[in-house]
Parts: sequence; structure tokens; C-alpha cells
Amino acid sequence: MCRNIRRHVIEMTYEAGSGHPGGSLSSTEIMVSLFFQVMRHDPQNPKWDLRDRFILSKGHVAPVYYAALAESGYFPVEELKTLRKLGSRLQGHPAYGKLPGVEMSTGSLGQGLSVACGMALAARLDGLDYRVFCLCGDGEMQSGQNWEAGMLASHYKLDNLVAILDRNRLQSSGLTEETMSLEPLADKWRAFGWNVLEVDGHDVRQILNACELSRSMKGPSMIIADTVKGKGVSFMENNCGFHGRCCTCDEREKALTELEARQ
Amino acid sequence: MTTAAQRSYFGKALVELGRARQDIVVLDADLATSTKTSDFASAFPDRFFEVGIAEQNMIGTAAGLAACGKTVFASTFAVFATGRCWDQIRQSIAYPGMNVKVVSTHCGISVGGDGASHQALEDLSLMRTMPNMTVISPADAEEAFKATLAMADWHGPCYMRMGRADFPLITGKEDEFQIGKANIMKEGKDVSIVATGQMVALALDAARILKEGGVNAEVVNMSTLKPLDTETLADSLARTRCVVTAEEHSIIGGLGSAVAEYLAENENYPLLRVGVKDSFGESGTPDELMHKYGLTAENIALSAKMVIGKKTKKRKGFLWRK
Ligand SMILES: Cc1ncc(C[n+]2csc(CCOP(=O)(O)OP(=O)(O)O)c2C)c(N)n1
Ligand SMILES: [Mg+2]
Repeated sequence: MCRNIRRHVIEMTYEAGSGHPGGSLSSTEIMVSLFFQVMRHDPQNPKWDLRDRFILSKGHVAPVYYAALAESGYFPVEELKTLRKLGSRLQGHPAYGKLPGVEMSTGSLGQGLSVACGMALAARLDGLDYRVFCLCGDGEMQSGQNWEAGMLASHYKLDNLVAILDRNRLQSSGLTEETMSLEPLADKWRAFGWNVLEVDGHDVRQILNACELSRSMKGPSMIIADTVKGKGVSFMENNCGFHGRCCTCDEREKALTELEARQ
Repeated sequence: MTTAAQRSYFGKALVELGRARQDIVVLDADLATSTKTSDFASAFPDRFFEVGIAEQNMIGTAAGLAACGKTVFASTFAVFATGRCWDQIRQSIAYPGMNVKVVSTHCGISVGGDGASHQALEDLSLMRTMPNMTVISPADAEEAFKATLAMADWHGPCYMRMGRADFPLITGKEDEFQIGKANIMKEGKDVSIVATGQMVALALDAARILKEGGVNAEVVNMSTLKPLDTETLADSLARTRCVVTAEEHSIIGGLGSAVAEYLAENENYPLLRVGVKDSFGESGTPDELMHKYGLTAENIALSAKMVIGKKTKKRKGFLWRK
């Protein structure tokens, strides 16, 4: 499935002529784990009260999100190639109300975790046992609002909130630690009262374990997923150039061939 | 028609300023390669500060630098610069009158594929309402270059917006640019088309279309929205007695509103506003979107004909409105 999703990401962004493949590829195992194992959801009934909620705080990786939604059955896989096209439900950044499965409009970084907090509070108010998952970027952590949300989540002891941080070490300008250093990231979240679980973000078993563990823990959980930006395609890996641009025709061929050859 | 990206010329202007003046400092929030402040960063690494994805902090930091005598340029995309940071700009830059130039790129729907989240259609409105703020919207890359230099010499808070795409070059190196001064790009007597940003190029195209139908339109480049050059506006209106505004922005709060405010208190001439009609944008190619949202020469020409129709029914009170 991960290989399939990666193929979609390459194809969709190529067809669109733009988009953010790098951060989509680093999030692939995380998204597959959530949508195909961890989350309680029903693509036939996207408004089901008891569904787990998912917020893509780093909205620019819409390609991997849409691919996961389509492969789960929220809408036809063929629609993926309309990404970023006029009239498409697949907006460049997720748009609430346009596409089934999208729970919030995102794209302006740093806002998703607050929304996830609100949903986690609503679950408590309604006495429902759904969980809220939020995928964040590491560069995104530079935005102060995350830390305001972090405070709120531990203050209100949001046991049903799980944030997953795609720690691919790159942002738009280059390395996070050279752009605006984040470390020690795990300690910071611990100091904010969160359970911090560190996993290899390309190992589905580790991601599943962490999600399971967080279920029994008190307070909000932050899963820091160690990843490689552009994972799965040699020339895209750790290559900042592919943060915000898609493959050329030749690169697309090469990428698809490489993905085909992988286990 | 040759085209060029405003942000590229902005980048060049910053380097020129950096060379001439030690007090120039530039900040960016993880978008330097997009906003082209990267040119300044390479030339003057000691006077460039990357703040990370933390726009609000960038504005506060800019205010602090300005309070200590620096002339500060702070750049990011227009949605984040004006929306995310509105209160920081208001409290720490506009109110104390700090010498900070907030310069944004990726304004309007010509941003294209990124969609509504990244298309600023409210930035002029947000900045124009703020006391002490000067608001500039250059027509092309050449003007963006000159405006950058002019802002450095203009003491106090400024906001300038630029596009992402390449825009037609419609002004020349020799043409004068002055903050607060509109330029008449083409004289005419039947209707004033007052435009800003890349809509000035489309207004000139509209004037050509109108000419074929025997209509002689005047095209005014309103490159500064605030302070609004009401003198040039009044002169033009005295000749044409009707006006169409054109902007790649919501019709609420931007150039159309500024002209409407002026008219409401001073003149009784009919006005039509071309702009985005109170809606968010969406994904698509810049061309497709400009067409879908009516930001075309054809639509400006059509509006011009309609507004001319309104003035010929001699004004009796508000009868011409039907
Ligand atoms: C508030 C805000 N500022 C800037 C941007 C532009 N932008 C889009 S992606 C990106 C870099 C994101 O880096 P990271 O969070 O590490 O994501 P990833 O590496 O997973 O792609 C930036 C600066 C934005 N979308 N929102
Ligand atoms: Mg990253």
C-alpha cells in the first residue's frame, strides 16, 4: 500500500505540475498506518459521529492525504489526477466541505493542532470516545500557535489527542536546525506535559505500537516520527528541492521505476 | 509583451539598497527563495535574519530592529503577512510608527494551484484600514523595483504587495514613480479606468478593446492605495465623469472601496468595481482563475461600457441608478 500511495504522490503532482511531494513521501507510512489500521472510520459514512478525526496540519502535503483517502474509499482513485485543477474537489491545500474525509481547511501552517484540541474537547463534551489525530511538520513547530495548543492540551488533559510529528529535518529553506533550530524537541514537548513517543516513521509496526500505547496513556501524546523527506525515491531523498516542486517527465519515469523495483 | 516577476526585481532592489545603506536589514519566514529576499541574504548574510515559520515573531522582531534605528524589510506571502500578523503589525509597527516595510508576494488569485488558503484577496483591505500605514501595489516589476527604493526613503510603516506570476512590463525605467502619486497611463475622455497591480496592464488592453468600439478610455495606474491620490482621481473624473476600478483583490476594502469612499463624499459619478466578488479563490492555472473571476480586459471593457451608460442618463438625484 505504501508503494501505491507513493506512486500516486509522484503521478498526482506531476499531472498537476506543482505541489509538495517531499513531505508527502516522508509521511506515507504515517498516513497508511492511520487510515488503514489505527483510525476508526467508515469511508461510506464520512460524517459518522463516532469516527476518529484526522487533521492534516501541514496542509501542503495534501497529495498523500488525498491518496490515502481515495485508497480508503472516500472517493474514486481516478479523481486523484484532478489535483490542483480548476473545479476539482482536490484543492492545492485541503478544503473543508469540498471533499469527503477532509475535516478542516488547512494550509496556513501552525493552526491544525489548535483545531485538533477543539475536536478533542468536543468529544469529551459529547461523551463520545473518538480520538483525534493531527499530523504536523517539523518546520511547522516553529510557529508559536503549536505551543499554545500544546499548553491547552495538557491543561485540559486531552487523553484522546495524538499528534504525529513528521521529523524529516527539512523545511522550505533547508535544514530545520539551520533555519531555526527546534531541538531538543522531545524534551520541549515533555516539558509541555505531553507523552512523547519516538519512532522510526518509516516502520509501520513502530507507528502502530506507538498509537496503541498512547491509547492507554494519560494526557495528550506526541509521536515524533523520524523520517526522510522524499523517502522512497533516491534522488528525492533529503533533497530540499523537492519540497515544493514536482518531478519533470524524466524524473517521474525514474521515480516510478525505482518505486516499482522496491519491496 | 515582455513579462517579469515583481519579486525578482524586488530582490534586486534590496541588494542595491543593501549596498548603498548600512541600516537596511531584511527578515524572512522560511520563504526567502520565493520572496527573493534570498538575493539580499546571499549578498549581506549579516543583515539578513531567517526567523523560521514564525511570521508573527518576524513582525515583532522587525519592530524591535526598527526601534533601534534600522530600516527593516520583512517578507512572506501576502496572506500570512497581513492576515496572520495583523495585530502584530497594528500594535508594534503602525501604532508606534516604526520604520518597517512589510513586503509580500503571492497576492491575488494568480497564485494558481495552491488554492484559496494561499490567495490573498483581502490584504489591501487589511492594511488600508490601519492608521499610519502606507499601502503600495505596483503595476509591474519595474515599478516594484522603484517602489522598493522609494519605501526605503519614506520614513514609517509601509505595506507593498506583489504577485507570484510574471506580469507584463508596462512601465519603463525612465518613468517616474512616487509614493502617493497615480500615473495616467493613457489619456481619454469617456471613462476613467482606475487600476492597480497587474490589472493596470489589463486596463490598457481594455482601453484598446474600447477604442475599437469608439470609446476613448483613460487609464490611471493607482500604484499607491494609501494615501490615495485624490487629486489625479478628481482631475480624471472631471474629464470622464464615470469610473471603473480594477484590482486583483476583493471588491470589498481595496481600491474599489477607496474610490467609492472618495466619490461618496465628494462627487456624484457612477462607479463599477471589477475585482473578486466577495469570495475565496480556488486552485487552477492563473489564466483560468483570472477568467473565472472576471479579472479580464474584456470584463473591464464591458464594465466601462455599462458605467458610461449610467452617466449618459443625466444625473437627477439618484435616478440614473434606476
Ligand atoms: C503560516 C505559513 N507560513 C509559510 C507557509 C509556506 N510553507 C509551506 S510548506 C513550508 C515548509 C514546511 O516545512 P515542514 O513543516 O517541515 O513540512 P515538511 O517538511 O513535512 O514538508 C512553508 C514555509 C505556510 N504554508 N504557512
Ligand atoms: Mg519538515
